[in-house]
Amino acid sequence: MLEKALSGSRRYWGWVFFLLAVIGAGVIAYLFQYQYGLTITGLSRDVSWGFYIAQFTFLVGVAASAVMLVIPYYLHNYKKFGRIVILGEFLAISAVIMCVLFIFVDLGQPTRVMNVMLHPTPNSVMFWDMIVLIGYLTLNLVIGWTTLGAERKEVAPPAWVKPLIYLSIPWAASIHTVTAFLYAGLPGRHLWLTAIMAARFLSSAFAAGPALLILLALIVRKTSKFDPGKEALQSLAKIVTYAMTINVFFFLLEVFTAFYSNIPGHMHPLKYLFLGLEGHSRLVPWMWSATILAFVGLALLIYPGTRRNESILPIALISVFVSAWIDKGMGLVIGGFVPNPFERVVEYTPTLPELMISLGVYAIGFLVLTVLYKVAIAVKEETEGVEIPH
Amino acid sequence: MSINRRQFLKIAGISTILGIGGTAVVNGLRKGDLEASQMEPNPEGLTAKRWGFVVDMSKFKSEADVKRVIASCHDIHNVPDFGNPKDEVKWIWKDDYEHVFPGQENEYATEEMKGKPFMVFCNHCAYPACVRVCPTKATFKRKDGIVMMDMHRCIGCRFCMAACPFGARSFNFRDPRGTDANGQPFIKHLDPEFPTRTKGVVEKCTGCYERLAKGKMPACVEASNGGIVFGDLEDPNSEVRKLIGKNYTIRRRPELGTQPSIYYIIGGNENA
Ligand code: SF4
Ligand code: SF4
Repeated sequence: MLEKALSGSRRYWGWVFFLLAVIGAGVIAYLFQYQYGLTITGLSRDVSWGFYIAQFTFLVGVAASAVMLVIPYYLHNYKKFGRIVILGEFLAISAVIMCVLFIFVDLGQPTRVMNVMLHPTPNSVMFWDMIVLIGYLTLNLVIGWTTLGAERKEVAPPAWVKPLIYLSIPWAASIHTVTAFLYAGLPGRHLWLTAIMAARFLSSAFAAGPALLILLALIVRKTSKFDPGKEALQSLAKIVTYAMTINVFFFLLEVFTAFYSNIPGHMHPLKYLFLGLEGHSRLVPWMWSATILAFVGLALLIYPGTRRNESILPIALISVFVSAWIDKGMGLVIGGFVPNPFERVVEYTPTLPELMISLGVYAIGFLVLTVLYKVAIAVKEETEGVEIPH
Repeated sequence: MSINRRQFLKIAGISTILGIGGTAVVNGLRKGDLEASQMEPNPEGLTAKRWGFVVDMSKFKSEADVKRVIASCHDIHNVPDFGNPKDEVKWIWKDDYEHVFPGQENEYATEEMKGKPFMVFCNHCAYPACVRVCPTKATFKRKDGIVMMDMHRCIGCRFCMAACPFGARSFNFRDPRGTDANGQPFIKHLDPEFPTRTKGVVEKCTGCYERLAKGKMPACVEASNGGIVFGDLEDPNSEVRKLIGKNYTIRRRPELGTQPSIYYIIGGNENA
């Protein structure tokens, strides 16, 4: 099927070469980092994880969005999602690949990465995170490729994929839970030490992931003959609405506990993020932008008139997506390190090479996504109008 | 920052094969050698059930006391000085009461107490969070309580730095064996007795395991004129236990359950 990615319009090839150029710039920046060390980033002994790990954390969320299509389609026989389930699975594949790459570029000794497998350490959450991520990648590759192959031949997918599909549902929840446990089990990092961390991860993922998926589906509809179906996208938009509402609610719970209890350690990171601490306030404009975007997005999604309007819907979805990205991709990780264990404020800003490497990783992810979507859409266009059982 | 031909080939080679497997195998062998040397303990070596420290603040009177102790450690352990706080590597340093014991600050404390230089270093916790999270066992706890680092195994993921609630760990953001813009080496006094590290690994105080093995006290203890006392916390007759028994001592963030093995006698006469 892959050959379908080799023929395309000029616009398709233009996009592919653009991505390749961004990847090239990222690779050069990475070689620079490989040579000189992580000193070229904005990281320090006080904020020892930054942009890379934050992107990893955010993308784990995007990866699990597929399950929001799989559950209604396979468990509730909601046929409308049949046409786009593959888009969710392929999005998951590219997101997990980006996750793995972001961890890789964050390592100080990348050539030793195999030590994690050579010396398996079950008491380390990172060890488990590696297992669940690789497992989820494999599951989606196998499921996506087999079901699409069957669709191309206009037959039902083989029976053995069904159990794998069911397995992928709890597995999607596990990648969030385990990733949340990376943070939620650490003593002395107040922003992270919260029992609802995994729940917050799930809710924000089920908002941001499907939001991106709808946006991608709208692009697909514009650029190809394949129509994902208006009703399917509307149902997904409702899922985004619920998930985002819960996400905001969970966040407010954290705010209440920290401020009503008045425990300084719990208040400090939140104060740093939203008000600034001891004169340091680099993230304040970002966090307030995220807050405003969250409420704008929610208002537009909750009111049916704007949600159903397909020229307003993308604005709502972009708001939700960017809001979740700022929250996970900047606030959560950096806020955990500020103030440091000595209650001192040391700030962090990513550097240019750090951003170039990150863009490079995103470009790899988008290239994988483009190729996979190209194949999927080519198959869909061929089989347009054929009803295939599942 | 010109890259010469050899470096270029090295990078090119690594980027083609994405350099995995090979190095890991070499690391495995090196690790074996290390363990072999541990098999034959020096009969003079110091041993304990659980090593611990008592820091007696009454002995730190001047800036010189602090400097001497820090230098005694950093000089023999080839701790690099990068000259900027962002890349800083440190094994032992000082901070004030308010920041060493956050959550126990006292707004009415005397200026004297507020200004005391508290020596801080890895607590060699009994239940160390750093060991719990390390995905490669590069950070591990020895039977005698010393929390150790295997710098050949560490992948530089820095999970341990996020986990340690005491900020005890430093990362080699750049090559410690290198030189600064003026050609000055980052390691001011290279001590051939102790291994230097490479970029991309985490390091911290290792309880002077190399000195203990030769029957010597940790360097900071020796240099402190009684300011830092070292001994077996499990032995009721050890000097550390006697000090803890006689004085009121506090530890850093005991509520987090890592059971730090550094006890501070903060003194202040009637508070003692
Ligand atoms: S002080 Fe930090 S680095 Fe040292 S043993 Fe305790 S948790 Fe680990
Ligand atoms: S940085 Fe090294 S010592 Fe720390 S957790 Fe990772 S592998 Fe272990």
